[in-house]
Amino acid sequence: MVMNEQRRALLKYSAVFGLMSTAGLISVAQAEEWNKAAFEGKSLDEVFKALGTSSPDKSSAVVLTAPDIAENGAVVPVSITSSLKADQIAILVEKNPAVLAAQFFIPNGTEAFVTTRIKMGQSSNVYALVKTDGKWVMAVKEIKVTLGGCGG
Amino acid sequence: MSDPMRIRATEKDGIVDVKILMKHDMESGQRKDASGKLIPAWFINMLNVKAQGKDVFNAEFGPGVSKDPFLNFKYKGSKGDKLVVNWIDTKGDKRTDEATVS
Repeated sequence: MVMNEQRRALLKYSAVFGLMSTAGLISVAQAEEWNKAAFEGKSLDEVFKALGTSSPDKSSAVVLTAPDIAENGAVVPVSITSSLKADQIAILVEKNPAVLAAQFFIPNGTEAFVTTRIKMGQSSNVYALVKTDGKWVMAVKEIKVTLGGCGG
Repeated sequence: MSDPMRIRATEKDGIVDVKILMKHDMESGQRKDASGKLIPAWFINMLNVKAQGKDVFNAEFGPGVSKDPFLNFKYKGSKGDKLVVNWIDTKGDKRTDEATVS
C-alpha cells in the first residue's frame, strides 16, 4: 500500500518535471546550481579551489585579449580564445571584491571562444582559465584601470 | 518584466557568430546611493542559449560582469537555426528572447 502511494507520487513528480523541461520551463543551466562558493571566493586560491584546481599551469594555448589600460573600470572588454578543446572558461580579477567575474560552459560544437565585458575596481591581474580534458590551464594579463568601476 | 535582449546571429562557413546584449543594472552590492546606503547586489547570474533545442552555451555571472551584459560566442550551426536565450537573476526575475540565425 505504502509502496504504491510512493510510486504514484514519484510518477506524478516525474510527469510534471518532464512536462516542464519539454515546455522549456527548466533549462539545463537553470536546473544546475550557480556555483556560489566560487563566486564568493575572495582570493585567487579560494576560487581555484572552488573550481577544483590548486594552481593552473600557464599555457600559450590560452589567449586573453584585453586593453593594457582601461580608462573606465566599469566596462572592460575581455576576450578569451584557445586552440584547446575547452569544456569550461572562467574569468578572474585578482583584486576585485569577488574574484570570479564569470564562467562559461562550452558544449561540443561550440568554439573555445568568448567575449564579454567586466568591471574592475582597480588595476589588477586578470586570469583567463580554460578547462580542457578535466584540467585547468590559464593565461594572465595585467590591466591598468584609470577609473575604478565597482564602487562609487 | 525587464527589457528585451538584443540578439544578433549570423552564419558564415558553418560557424554561427552570436552576439547578445542584455538589459540589466547588474548591481554589484558595492555601490552606495545618495544617502550613503549600500545598494544590495542584484545581477543576472545564469544564462542559457539553445539552438534548435540543444544547448550551445551556458554562462554563470558574478557581480563583476558589467551593466547591460554583453556576450559573443560561436558555434557550429546553420542559417535558419532558432535560438532561444534565457537568463535568470539573483531575485529570480527571468527573461527569454528568441532569434533566427541569418
